[in-house]
Amino acid sequence: MKKKKSASFENKGSMLKQALDKPGFHSLTASVLSIVIGLIFGYLLLVFLKSGKSTNGIIKILVTGFSNPAKFAKVLYQAAPLILTGLSVAFAFKTGLFNIGATGQYTVGAMFALIGALVWQLPWWACILLAFAGGAIWGAIPGIFKALLNVNEVITSIMFNWIGLFVVNLTITNIPEMLANFYGGSIADRTANLESVNTGAIIPKWGLDNLLGSNYMNIGIFIAILVSIIIYIILNKTTFGYELKACGLNRNASKYAGINAKRNIILSMTIAGALAGIGGGLYYLSGVAQYNIVKNLLPMGFNGIPVALLGASNPIAVVFSGLFISYIQVGGEALQPGFTVEIVNIIIAVIIYMSALSLIVKSGISKLLKIKRQRNKDKEDSNSDEVPPNSDGVGIQAGDYGAGILPEEVQKEGDDK
Amino acid sequence: MSVFASILSGTIIFAVPLILVALGGMFSERSGTINIALEGIMIIGALCACLFLSASNDMAWALKNPQLAVFVAILIAGASGLIFSLLLAFASINLKADQTIGGTALNMMAPALAIVVTWAIQGAGQTTINIPSWIRITQADFGLTQSATQGFFESLTFNSFYLTTPIAIILLIVSVIILYKTKFGLRLRSCGEHPQAADSVGINVYKTRYAGVAISGFLGGIGGLAFTVAVGSGFQSSVAGYGFLALAVMIFGNWKPLRIAGAALLFALFKVIGPMAGSIPFLPSFSKIKAAEYIYLMLPYIVTMIVLAFTSKKSRAPKAEGIPYDKSSR
Repeated sequence: MKKKKSASFENKGSMLKQALDKPGFHSLTASVLSIVIGLIFGYLLLVFLKSGKSTNGIIKILVTGFSNPAKFAKVLYQAAPLILTGLSVAFAFKTGLFNIGATGQYTVGAMFALIGALVWQLPWWACILLAFAGGAIWGAIPGIFKALLNVNEVITSIMFNWIGLFVVNLTITNIPEMLANFYGGSIADRTANLESVNTGAIIPKWGLDNLLGSNYMNIGIFIAILVSIIIYIILNKTTFGYELKACGLNRNASKYAGINAKRNIILSMTIAGALAGIGGGLYYLSGVAQYNIVKNLLPMGFNGIPVALLGASNPIAVVFSGLFISYIQVGGEALQPGFTVEIVNIIIAVIIYMSALSLIVKSGISKLLKIKRQRNKDKEDSNSDEVPPNSDGVGIQAGDYGAGILPEEVQKEGDDK
Repeated sequence: MSVFASILSGTIIFAVPLILVALGGMFSERSGTINIALEGIMIIGALCACLFLSASNDMAWALKNPQLAVFVAILIAGASGLIFSLLLAFASINLKADQTIGGTALNMMAPALAIVVTWAIQGAGQTTINIPSWIRITQADFGLTQSATQGFFESLTFNSFYLTTPIAIILLIVSVIILYKTKFGLRLRSCGEHPQAADSVGINVYKTRYAGVAISGFLGGIGGLAFTVAVGSGFQSSVAGYGFLALAVMIFGNWKPLRIAGAALLFALFKVIGPMAGSIPFLPSFSKIKAAEYIYLMLPYIVTMIVLAFTSKKSRAPKAEGIPYDKSSR
């Protein structure tokens, strides 16, 4: 009787444990925990700055995005490019590269899209394809430098961020059709408004703008989600994605396995660049944003890094982290004039820092679970006086050995094939 | 000739922050920790030092001994950078977190924090911390009288001469000595190459890496002040990407102090030529193109890439950089 009860309990426990054991669940709890800590830190900061307005401030950050349809439309509008630049950084991370050049690729993609829209009068989807191509070119350069000339991709990306910005500024200034003052405006350092030049280049809204009562709303967010799903499939369901990940995890081992590492580095950076490029296209083809000629790198590309990190480089998680960061950024804008918008950046920074730490917490949790399970097993084994199955030990050893070459995840997939 | 002199002095003053910060990055990476947070460290260092300088404008002793006040500001910049960098050290050494993640968080944190602090101290909307003009070293500091005409020597030396420049040169020499001539330097390098081997002979890898990151924070903070001083328009919660550039300069310099200095000088030279292109007779002026200044603004980045393309076949990063040290791993 007693034995039976404990067995059924064990069964339930193991099911729960299975659910708790999934790495996805660990990442989620870790991310949620970091977000909570970040928000608490933000609240304390507000209290420290102006205790009278602090509660109102944190509520503004938390609810503005949902407070009215127009704000929600803005959340979705800003999330689309954030998701794509985040995806760009995440894709490169998955293949062992750090794409710090998303801002350059984003800017060049935006320029290509705007040339298509303003000079060649193309429809919106063709402009997006151009943005894709522009970003791809700018992403390919660090890839080529890395693969063929052994130049660290971080340094090339940084250099080409600036070169990209200046090329874009130079090009736009020298094509009169692109500037607002060509169509009768007085501003010379801004691109023309699409509404008045080529309405066909504006991303369709499918009536969603009327639904939410905001001009910001268009189908850009759906494009971003679709691209995320495609990237997820490429990374997890195709041989190509498998090769890319293998390259990222251990370049020498994958070379030994006959994977062309150089080709994969170039391709990976090209795709990462293309993703950031689409982001630029989505932002500037909305009809509400115009490219301002500035001498500083655009923050949108750099914000892709926290988006990717918060999403643990998982393409699907990046969608949610992009939405979240966009959400609290819109909330942060509502803080003014009492506080600066930058408080939101501090919150995001704390969240990222905590998520770096929580990876440790996460592995700690799974280690703890493993130890507990091992102990339970030992107890059981000693109770039943059975010799532990020998194959188990061998299996662990083999797995351990393999992990030196390719980590478990890839190994499993390899076994499937 | 005076153009030549101002190019030289401009090159030096813009190379100084790059040298300092890249040296900082070198100490950190040579010990095995990738320090991508240099940009943030620079901002924090510059913020604290500029707050001090702007406050010291009301202090009698500072006005009496301006260079002493600048020296204190440099120490403050270094100390605040060091403290900020400990956040990175804690995450990446104690907790073995991913080093780029921690660094990115700090980079995001620093400018936002700087703006919040500037607003809190100076009032909402006040984004610039002005630094007093007396921090520049002039002829008077050496008891010389200022001549009416600026000769070659004057425009080379006293046009933009700040205490940060000689200190940077001293720190460069000290860095070379520490890295190559001391026991500590050898240990630091060994921790970046093969921490397990270092540990097996009794070196405390964690402590050494802490030291590496702390030194990078110290140098990065001073670099932030040096940058703000070089730009000369006060502190605006930004160092314009110089932290990332310093990272590039460090890789360009192959993680070696003297090469880093050379790389920084080369980069700064092309950076300075741009705005002065109009007054240099043999350079083309691209008069048919609008906004041709962008061509010259691109120049330093393009030159760096060309040089790198030819030199980096042999480039080699410290072998263990970016990998958290785990005592129990093989």
